[in-house]
Amino acid sequence: MSAPVGNDSVTGAPEALRVTGLFKSHGERAVLQGIDAAVRHGETIALVGPSGGGKSTFLRCLNGLHPFDRGEVTVAGQRLLPGTPADHPSLGPLRARVGMVFQGFHLFPHLTALENVCLGPVHVRGEAAGAVEERARALLARVGLAGRETARPQQLSGGQQQRVAIARALAMQPEVLLLDEPTSALDPQLRGEVLGVLRDLAQEGKTTLLVVTHEMPFAKAVATRVWVFDEGRLVEDGPPAEVCVHPRSERARAFFKATQ
Amino acid sequence: MVRTPRVRRAASPFHLLHGQRTQAAALLVSVLCAGPALAASPLERVRAQGELRWAGDLQGGEPFVFRDPRDPAKLLGFEVELAEALARRLGVRAAFVQNDWHNLVPSLVRGDFDVALNGLEALPGMDEQVLLTRPYLEFREALVVRRGATLRTLASLRGARVGTLSGSLAHLLLRAAGCEVVLYEGQEEPYRDLAAGRVEAVLLDELIAGRYGLNQPALELADGDVARGSYVMAVRRGEDQLRDALDRALAEVQASGELGAIYRRWKIDPAPPPKLAGAAEPLPDPSTYAKATFDAEQVWLFLRGAGVTLLVSLLAMALAAPLGLLLALARLYGNRPLRAVALAYVELWRGTPVLLQLYLLYYGLAPLVHLGALPAAVLGLGMNYGAYEAEVHRAALSSVPVGQTEAAAALGLSRWQMLRLVLLPQSLRTALPAMANDLIALLKDSSLVSVITVVELTKQMTITAVDVRGWALPGAVCAALYFTMSWPLGRLAARLEEKLATGGGR
Repeated sequence: MSAPVGNDSVTGAPEALRVTGLFKSHGERAVLQGIDAAVRHGETIALVGPSGGGKSTFLRCLNGLHPFDRGEVTVAGQRLLPGTPADHPSLGPLRARVGMVFQGFHLFPHLTALENVCLGPVHVRGEAAGAVEERARALLARVGLAGRETARPQQLSGGQQQRVAIARALAMQPEVLLLDEPTSALDPQLRGEVLGVLRDLAQEGKTTLLVVTHEMPFAKAVATRVWVFDEGRLVEDGPPAEVCVHPRSERARAFFKATQ
Repeated sequence: MVRTPRVRRAASPFHLLHGQRTQAAALLVSVLCAGPALAASPLERVRAQGELRWAGDLQGGEPFVFRDPRDPAKLLGFEVELAEALARRLGVRAAFVQNDWHNLVPSLVRGDFDVALNGLEALPGMDEQVLLTRPYLEFREALVVRRGATLRTLASLRGARVGTLSGSLAHLLLRAAGCEVVLYEGQEEPYRDLAAGRVEAVLLDELIAGRYGLNQPALELADGDVARGSYVMAVRRGEDQLRDALDRALAEVQASGELGAIYRRWKIDPAPPPKLAGAAEPLPDPSTYAKATFDAEQVWLFLRGAGVTLLVSLLAMALAAPLGLLLALARLYGNRPLRAVALAYVELWRGTPVLLQLYLLYYGLAPLVHLGALPAAVLGLGMNYGAYEAEVHRAALSSVPVGQTEAAAALGLSRWQMLRLVLLPQSLRTALPAMANDLIALLKDSSLVSVITVVELTKQMTITAVDVRGWALPGAVCAALYFTMSWPLGRLAARLEEKLATGGGR
């Protein structure tokens, strides 16, 4: 297992994400209680913590799928305002730069693997279909799916579907890729193929990755930093060796103890 | 009389409810009386029940038989008075039985009442089904046109659109004269269409013409004596005894001057016996419209009717599907006023009878929008089914998992792109089986458009049934044609559903 991407490759890199005082509530219940965080370009962040801690909600706030109440969010150079509805047209430029991979894959079932990957670049970025298709084929080959271009989602295994979903997100050439529990819906034996793709991506260092995950070995091995979310707060933020081995907070200590 | 018995009552929708209720009551009476009725001779039966059950249709209205507007429990009309006079002579009371006019003969045959007495015209071939009394009224056929019209004789109207009631003497006359016959279910609508310019003339008996046509300032009489006809009563075959008793009673009522007094009171001018020559145009040779056989020509008419049914249904669905989609999109994604409008449309069009909608569209809006019968039929059915398709599309769109919307949004697709590239391709596939089912329903509902004079398959069947004096064969052919059209649609729906269930390719 290779070491996390070295600090020197991150040093001086422009900021991919800055969040200040992010606050969100569902009615009375505060889901995010003032998050402050920053990520440099090329980093890989593993978001961990107990269920209901707010990590998935936080991730979905970053590309506007969930509106938030207060605070400032800047992702890939795009400023996101509080209260913006998920389907607001102003979110277009941000979403073209910030990709997302879902726990449930959410491939488009009426399209082939190749068409799924091509959809965004052709229709959102307005690229020529020929060039996009070439890139899409390369991406599918890169996630180990050469030869399955014409397969439909229902003809693919879960792991294969998730790899197509990653290729679909990468086809947009995002600066930031948000991954919401990308392996949680997969059988243990299929998780490896998806994690392998993510590890390669992280090592390449061209895309900033934020991964919500329960795979602690993966987090320790691949992430540049680990964030621990608990009760709507970011309670730990540091390199995996530090956070996972010597967590400062009581809550994080309890969490890591439970996951061992 | 063999006017087309209809499966669905077509005429003015406002008469539907109460007509059906009275009919149900008549049915109950007939069921209860069926037993003893068969045992005794007909006259004994009538005397035993203490009343002469005579049937008519209140929808025929003034002057035949209608409810007293000031006292709805009371019936008025010259036929009410005639029935009472006849019953008195038989030593019983007269009891009115409401029955759809087109179905008087079949209802009589199945035993719902004793005698049909409601403007039945003596037509060739009728005596094969029932026994007819002597006429109680001789009348003239009156040709009514728009004031100042140039075509004023039956001969000059050859090939022109002329309105009348289906299965009437006038219907036979018009066909013999080579006119394009436009058939109506009620006596008011043909004159309405004449005034609106949808037909060039209307031929009906003078009683109807005087009360429903010539009272309109825009219309005038072109020929008040085109032909002569007569109203007769009908009883069941085998009940000669009752027929003879009624004939005797009628002769007495006539001889005593009572009948003349009734006609004077109702301002009816019975036609004098036709002069030997020239007074009126002679009736066309009865053989030209006597009993037809179910031959190749009838089959061709059926195929044409099926073609109209298919055309109206497909065009109506071609309108309903996109209209429904727009309504569904408005309800799901529109702003508040748009949502309210779409919801109101769906509730209103789904919550009122399509028959009423067709009526309002064709007759009600005639002063404002001048629609032809076929466009009105397509528009009426299409707008009605649009409300149902709206719900089909709404359900289908709502059934697309929310993850699809999120994935599309995360990719940066605009709302319109999301709809076009992600949601609709999935929802339309979900909606297709339901739409195919609705098309089958529409195929059969399209028979309703005969109320606005479109001759489609069912209407053709009822017309042919009159011509050949029989229901079995035309009914079977009609059913076979409907089945031929709907079966492939049913198969298509089933296949689409299978494909959907197995998640197969596009």
